[in-house]
Amino acid sequence: MDWELVRTSLWPIVRGAVLGTIPLTLASFALGLAIALVVALMRLSRVTVAAAVARAYVSVIRGTPLLVQLFVIFYGLPSVGLTISPWPSAIIAFSMNVGGYAAEVIRAAILSVPKGQWEAAHMVGMSRGLALRRIILPQAARVSVPPLSNTFISLVKDTSLASLILVTELFREAQQIAAPSGEFMVLYVEAAAVYWVICLFLSAGQSRLERRLDRYVAH
Amino acid sequence: MSHTEKSHTEPLLTVSGLRKSFGDREVLRSIDLEVRRGGVVALVGPSGSGKTTVLRCLNSLEVPDGGRITVGGALTVDFDGRTDKRALDALRDRSAMVFQHYNLFPHMTVLENVTEGPVQVRKRPRAEAVAEAERLLARVGLGERGDAYPHELSGGQQQRVGIVRALAMRPQVLLFDEPTSALDPELVGDVLSVIKELSDEGWTMVIVTHELAFAREVADEVVFMDQGVVVERGAPEVVLGSPTRERTRQFVRRLQQRF
Repeated sequence: MDWELVRTSLWPIVRGAVLGTIPLTLASFALGLAIALVVALMRLSRVTVAAAVARAYVSVIRGTPLLVQLFVIFYGLPSVGLTISPWPSAIIAFSMNVGGYAAEVIRAAILSVPKGQWEAAHMVGMSRGLALRRIILPQAARVSVPPLSNTFISLVKDTSLASLILVTELFREAQQIAAPSGEFMVLYVEAAAVYWVICLFLSAGQSRLERRLDRYVAH
Repeated sequence: MSHTEKSHTEPLLTVSGLRKSFGDREVLRSIDLEVRRGGVVALVGPSGSGKTTVLRCLNSLEVPDGGRITVGGALTVDFDGRTDKRALDALRDRSAMVFQHYNLFPHMTVLENVTEGPVQVRKRPRAEAVAEAERLLARVGLGERGDAYPHELSGGQQQRVGIVRALAMRPQVLLFDEPTSALDPELVGDVLSVIKELSDEGWTMVIVTHELAFAREVADEVVFMDQGVVVERGAPEVVLGSPTRERTRQFVRRLQQRF
């Protein structure tokens, strides 16, 4: 095994993670959650048009490959006169994708809060919006941490697809070193290891968050 | 107080012709009810008789299909035809409900449960709301538990928090929906004695309950409902002691001889 190659390539790969993968993940996830909340509330709303639009959105996002979504935005849109550069393209594609999946998680979490909580909130005079914000969403948040963590961890790995639309991130750095050296095994295993380490940290973060939110749950 | 005599006889709450269906099941068929200021009415009857639905209509948790509710003379909500949301909100503001399963907010401390409505909805200054909450909690023997979370309390303690949460809304009418039926038998007494104290203090209350002995002690009128109608009403010792209608007799007998 070529340890010298591992040593010299580690820095560019980690830099790709820090400057590419991680910010891409964070931006896409934050935006994706915002989309998901809106879509989930639309699906739960009594306005049938809003609910139908939300259902169609989730159906399209979940029914088509992420790679295809990415290519439609980056390679497809320019042919109808809309050119978006690599980074924004990636963020749009990933956040829309997260939005579709996380919407279902958030919808289920909201529905899992007992009806009596809505009633108690209304009893103290709250409107639907205030009840949602103060009473329902905080409880739904606890329920959705494990499934949303799944989505988040999947997203970290899915961002490697952005290498295919020229975003400089972890995997593209690895590819660019691998190609001229021919050491595909070393570089790709190295890239895999860096992804794994990132996900280890995220899993630890998930456990901490769950413990923190657990303080009001009976055991 | 010169108004005392009058206020003790005039009805604070009047319900007339209240109707409600769920799908094609008619759960309330023209219910009339009158509660005088400071009065306590107990709604009793078999499950499915509609008594809880009456209570929920009073707190706008259900919207009746027809009939009228008047509170304090100043507010009359007519449910024949379309009822606007503002009227429902105004009706809800006048009462506060204590739930069978407490329905405390599990992610908030006891103190936060009590101050949430006053601070977030009524926009009272937090310090003032906290002071009032602490005073009310001390009164029901929970002065030391303000920082606890609901799951750290017994059922009886949780229900007393539920009562304090209702009181903190400063309602004109307190509504109790089977307040002790989810409790372990040894915890029932604590909650009932709190309710008894509130009635002695002059709170106006409507109580749905299966505790007939308690209804007899605290209520000044018992209303027996079955299948969405009022079958019999009157003084507790009459309705529960020597009921005139066969359905009431059967119900009372069944609750007295449980095995």
